[in-house]
Amino acid sequence: MQQSGRQLSEVSIKTVFFIIALASITTLLLISLFLFLEGLPVLKSVSLKQFIFGNLWYPTDEPPLFGAFPLIVASGCVTALSALFSVPLGIMTAIYIAEIANKKVAEIVKPTVETLASLPSVVVGLFGMVVVAPFLQRVFNIPVGLNLFNASLMLGFMAVPTICSISEDAINSVPDSLREASLALGATRFETIVKIVLPAGASGIATAVILGMSRAIGETMVVLMVAGGAAIVPYSIFDPVRPMPATIAAEMAEAPFRSEHYHALFAIGIVLFVFTFIFNLTADVLATRFKKKQLGG
Amino acid sequence: MRKMKKTDHPTTIDNKPSAHALPSHLARRRAVQAFFFFLFRTSAFINAAALFLVGYFVISNGYSVISWDFLSKPPTDSMTKGGIMPAIIGTFYLSAGAILIALPVGVASAIYMNEYARKGRVLRIIRFGINNLAGVPSIVFGLFGLAFFCIVLKTGVSLIAGALTLAALTLPVVIGATEEALKAVPDTYREASLALGATKWQTIYRVVIPTALPEILTGAILGLGRAAGETAPIMFTAAVYFTPILPSSIFDEVMALPYHIYVLATAGINIAETRPLQYGTALVLIVLVCGMNLFAIIVRSRMRKKLKG
Repeated sequence: MQQSGRQLSEVSIKTVFFIIALASITTLLLISLFLFLEGLPVLKSVSLKQFIFGNLWYPTDEPPLFGAFPLIVASGCVTALSALFSVPLGIMTAIYIAEIANKKVAEIVKPTVETLASLPSVVVGLFGMVVVAPFLQRVFNIPVGLNLFNASLMLGFMAVPTICSISEDAINSVPDSLREASLALGATRFETIVKIVLPAGASGIATAVILGMSRAIGETMVVLMVAGGAAIVPYSIFDPVRPMPATIAAEMAEAPFRSEHYHALFAIGIVLFVFTFIFNLTADVLATRFKKKQLGG
Repeated sequence: MRKMKKTDHPTTIDNKPSAHALPSHLARRRAVQAFFFFLFRTSAFINAAALFLVGYFVISNGYSVISWDFLSKPPTDSMTKGGIMPAIIGTFYLSAGAILIALPVGVASAIYMNEYARKGRVLRIIRFGINNLAGVPSIVFGLFGLAFFCIVLKTGVSLIAGALTLAALTLPVVIGATEEALKAVPDTYREASLALGATKWQTIYRVVIPTALPEILTGAILGLGRAAGETAPIMFTAAVYFTPILPSSIFDEVMALPYHIYVLATAGINIAETRPLQYGTALVLIVLVCGMNLFAIIVRSRMRKKLKG
């Protein structure tokens, strides 16, 4: 009798934990539910095609124009350009930590990168505004320092820690026997890294890159403070832009509750959410494949 | 065969160049290696330099602003003078509230995944939820908090709405750290307890959690730091420019350090005049956030050593 009572409480404890463990997936579902609930009504005022490919974003004009194309392009450009800095920097730093640096140096470099990740984005934004913007103005002789290039530079440094730490894990999980085989055949350490270690860790490194870009496209404060804020399709890397997160953050305060503008901002939230969701899904698939390969080979 | 290959760069297949070719080939390969290793070292250095630059910028500009008055007085003269006390308190309440919510939920989730769940579809779905939640942009959390907590749950722009939104954002951090902590507990501990006749729950409650507790708390501190530094999620849900009073209930609006910096730097009445206040606030925020992170990193490495020894 006592035994079965004990078993019953064990089962109920397990059930309680199971229900709590569903909190994350429930939150994720709630987030998408509310985004769509508040965002889809924008289709009453514009068609889907106009919203995504429309070139004019004048949400407070009469009648308002909700063409989010310049915002989407801006996010794409900022993310792509930031990847040009963050991907090589992140992967090379990971190689340095995992393959080259001796233990003592690695133990200094790693926390440094981790601390870089913990910098509050608003402080990075402030740095971009006060230090980097005037610097760029002087060096490149341009009228405004708050632009696509500046935002990409700042975002790049914010994505480096993500790329670096995940790539490092991928590199570390490449078995030593592969390295030893390569070195024994007479390859230099560098040749071993490029021809053996990196290909073996490729899908893990790809995961790192995608998660880093996902971080960059969703980052708000930096693009809000240093991207310049002009809702135009950029022609040069020194043009001011207004990426999606910046638009939401800047305009939500002045958008009347459940107005067309309010719904349009939630609709941008949907676009942003879908972008990061696809990034994360791809990363997930790659990571699973990487793990399988590790186990199999 | 060999002659043909020898003329150009050595391939991996033919890795035995003739005696004459060896020195120059080897020298070139070594030079290439030296060049790239230099590049790798430089990129690590660039990261450190970036961190140093931002740190130097904030500290050198901010330290002269810091005084007891700055930390203990509210802003005055339309936020162009005075201190940041309400923002410090607000940030403390917001991040502490977020962790109070996220910690129990996160720890329980991690316990289920690490101790109870079997490999399979259910676990995959849960993990899928956590991974994707971790990737949701912070501004989208803000939108969600606004639509769900502020409007549907009728909390309005308030401390509790901000804390709940930040809790959702820090949940994956807490779960990840707790899982690591639980994995670090050796299976022999569990087996010993079970062999003595303890039930699974008794084993978790009396053996696994106490052993993992320091590391779980480290994870909580990491989450606290993350929540304290975030701006976008609290913009629409909790933070206001200025409120002369401290929050007296969880339904009050609050000031917060990151939002304070943002407002002063972009929308203040006189942006240039309030620069010192911006630097001072940024310094306080950085010390708080990085301090918590550093503390967590140090405690964790100590714990790991202790568990090993």
